[in-house]
Amino acid sequence: MTDLGSAPVPPIGAEDHIRGEGEEAVVVYADLGCPHCAAEWPQLRERPGRLVFRHFPVASKHPRSPALHAAAEAAGRQGRFFEMVDSLYADRGRVDDPHLWQRVEQLGLDLDRFEADRRSKEVEARVRRDFESGIRAGVTSTPGVFGP
Amino acid sequence: MISVGEQAPDFTLRNQDGEKVSLSDYKGCKVLLVFYPGDFSPVCGDQLSLYQEVKPQIAEKGVELVGISVDSFFAHKAFQEKLGIDTTLLSDFEPKGEVARAYGSYIDAPLGFANRTLVLVDEDGTVAWTHESPNPGEFPGANVIFDALS
Repeated sequence: MTDLGSAPVPPIGAEDHIRGEGEEAVVVYADLGCPHCAAEWPQLRERPGRLVFRHFPVASKHPRSPALHAAAEAAGRQGRFFEMVDSLYADRGRVDDPHLWQRVEQLGLDLDRFEADRRSKEVEARVRRDFESGIRAGVTSTPGVFGP
Repeated sequence: MISVGEQAPDFTLRNQDGEKVSLSDYKGCKVLLVFYPGDFSPVCGDQLSLYQEVKPQIAEKGVELVGISVDSFFAHKAFQEKLGIDTTLLSDFEPKGEVARAYGSYIDAPLGFANRTLVLVDEDGTVAWTHESPNPGEFPGANVIFDALS
């Protein structure tokens, strides 16, 4: 049984999605279907230091979110996680499967591998792991930002 | 606010489908009563959506989640559909806020709705745990619920 009781934000680790460099780091629990996250993303991505993206899809509020997080994670398995995140936040009106395939093509990804990865149990578990760490940390809305 | 160890006041309210539901219907089960200000408000939507995401884990603990506000059951139905949730929502509509008052959660006029309050009722109808938000604009994370259930 999963324990979702209170716990600190997990330390930044090798499996995290990290953009930028520097001593300082900000951890962001974000929902790829969330308009507030999309609005704040341009500012968040320009912050100095490291930006750590953690998945926090709230499916009942944004039904497409699980698919978008799986897509970003699948793109990450081909080394283009943040490019997919940027793309999804930049154009929230085109997030159905054909639009995802267009993004895959634009990013130069292997579509067959993308399709297999985004539907895999491993990707689902990876997204859920982040989500549950956010629940333990007390995230109640997105983007949930931890850091200086 | 009702105190831990008190007998939870029984009630009968209509759910989102207009069916009568009593607290005593849950005898033998644990129930988490989630009092919230009102349907379609941004914070209430965030709260119920977030809890929906961990509802299976709450159920694993043997706890049924039940939302209560002063809205009509018609509004509850629409709110439930808008959020895409299946949490039971009970209508504390007439007399307005009577159940919230019985649990000490009601905020009088000019607000006229329940504060954001969690009340865990155990299998024999006794209040086992409570949490009241400092104001209606804040809601407790789901971690707070799991802390109480551990």
